[in-house]
Amino acid sequence: MRPFRYERVGDDLGAVTAIAATPGARFLGGGTNLVDLMRLGVETPPVLIDVTRLPHDRIDELDDGGLRIGAGVRNSDLAADPRVRAHYRALAEALLAGASGQLRNQATTAGNLLQRTRCAYFQDVSQPCNKRTPGSGCPARQGEHRNLAVLGHSEHCVATHPSDMAVALAAFDAVVRVVGPVGGREIPLRDFHRLPQDAPERDTVLGPDELIVAVDLPLLPVAARSRYRKVRERASFAFALVSVAAALDVVDGEVRDVRIAFGGLAHKPWRAHAAEAVLRGAAANVATFTDAAEAELSAARPLRDNAYKVDLARNVLVRTLEELAA
Amino acid sequence: MAELATVTLCINGEQRTLELDTRTSLLDLLRERLRLTGSKKGCDHGQCGACTVLIDGRRANACLALAVAHDGAEITTIEGLAAGGLHPLQTAFVATDAFQCGYCTPGQICSAVGMLAEVEAGWPSHAAADVARAPELDADEIRERMSGNICRCGAYPNIVRAIQAVAG
Repeated sequence: MRPFRYERVGDDLGAVTAIAATPGARFLGGGTNLVDLMRLGVETPPVLIDVTRLPHDRIDELDDGGLRIGAGVRNSDLAADPRVRAHYRALAEALLAGASGQLRNQATTAGNLLQRTRCAYFQDVSQPCNKRTPGSGCPARQGEHRNLAVLGHSEHCVATHPSDMAVALAAFDAVVRVVGPVGGREIPLRDFHRLPQDAPERDTVLGPDELIVAVDLPLLPVAARSRYRKVRERASFAFALVSVAAALDVVDGEVRDVRIAFGGLAHKPWRAHAAEAVLRGAAANVATFTDAAEAELSAARPLRDNAYKVDLARNVLVRTLEELAA
Repeated sequence: MAELATVTLCINGEQRTLELDTRTSLLDLLRERLRLTGSKKGCDHGQCGACTVLIDGRRANACLALAVAHDGAEITTIEGLAAGGLHPLQTAFVATDAFQCGYCTPGQICSAVGMLAEVEAGWPSHAAADVARAPELDADEIRERMSGNICRCGAYPNIVRAIQAVAG
């Protein structure tokens, strides 16, 4: 690991000022991904700015009935929150499907959003990778890509975003609140992560001197009836091959409201707007659920070894909607 | 050039102030500086759980924790659990033969201590049919909640029995 200077800051402005002062500096949250990447030589920040002591460790109710999740709230505390478990069930399930008990105690909300892909080429500094070293190439396209993207990838990058939590947040219209040197802004979570296009080194639209301070969940009654279903190669403590967060409200056999997002398929949590459009107002049955899945997944462009993900995503979505409609 | 920092930690009830390289993990601090070698280094990537300790009462991977970021924290290691005679989980691991080589055992036991506190606090797990309900700790729940601790000898059946014996 390269030597780095460690700094602690007292407030948000101090944090954004500190990070602007040194190119390559990084904010430190729980460190479960960043410290590992530093040990691998993937990340070599000259300065770490510890933001875990900023006052962003609370989950507060908003006036409109939603929740404001502080950036520093640990994944385990968020998953255990009774309001999240009752009203945003798929979010609690997604968090609990991720990592291990130890890691969830360390990992923060903002850090979870900003974690990097687990693509093996990205994590191996002896390999080319456009995300790690822009312009060096993408060996995954022709190499080991069984776990990588089928939607929204580019010739430059076929990585997937590894977060479970972010998939549920994308389905639930969450908003990321950030502050920068000249004030704050709000970024809908579905726009927060990028597709790789020709700049896969940029995972998100966050500026280099912007700090995430909270994630807002709007009041969303349909989210109370929601599930997160994750398919992986072992029963626990593994990243998703495919996952889905879905919420469904059925009245008199007809879909009144629905939210769907996929994980494991793309460079970002994949909000399934096309599938939702098919479902709204339609009969709640397997035929419609299958049509909805097909409508979303017709855009898939699988690589040599990952076409299975398209079938898996369709089946997982149909099963999850069936369960929610029952 | 190494960057240095001073940290104060309360380790197994004892205040320790140390000057250290900012790169030092909590695990290396424990093992290499303080000679508390109960906590083990397995993968050094947060994947095996052999380094599990309690930080302010919560289980965590000491290999991924930068010591400098935990200034002021209370750390409990396997040595601290045994301070007043063996911890009930240690006794149960011996009684049920819950290990073979023993390398993962300190991490398993520290993890189980943290895990049982999480259940006591009502935290759900992925094994629950309904995350909104209070957890009931059966064998499936234990296996899921302990998935961050790998045992290459495959002593899992007796690890589950040891934890069940203490959980009651």
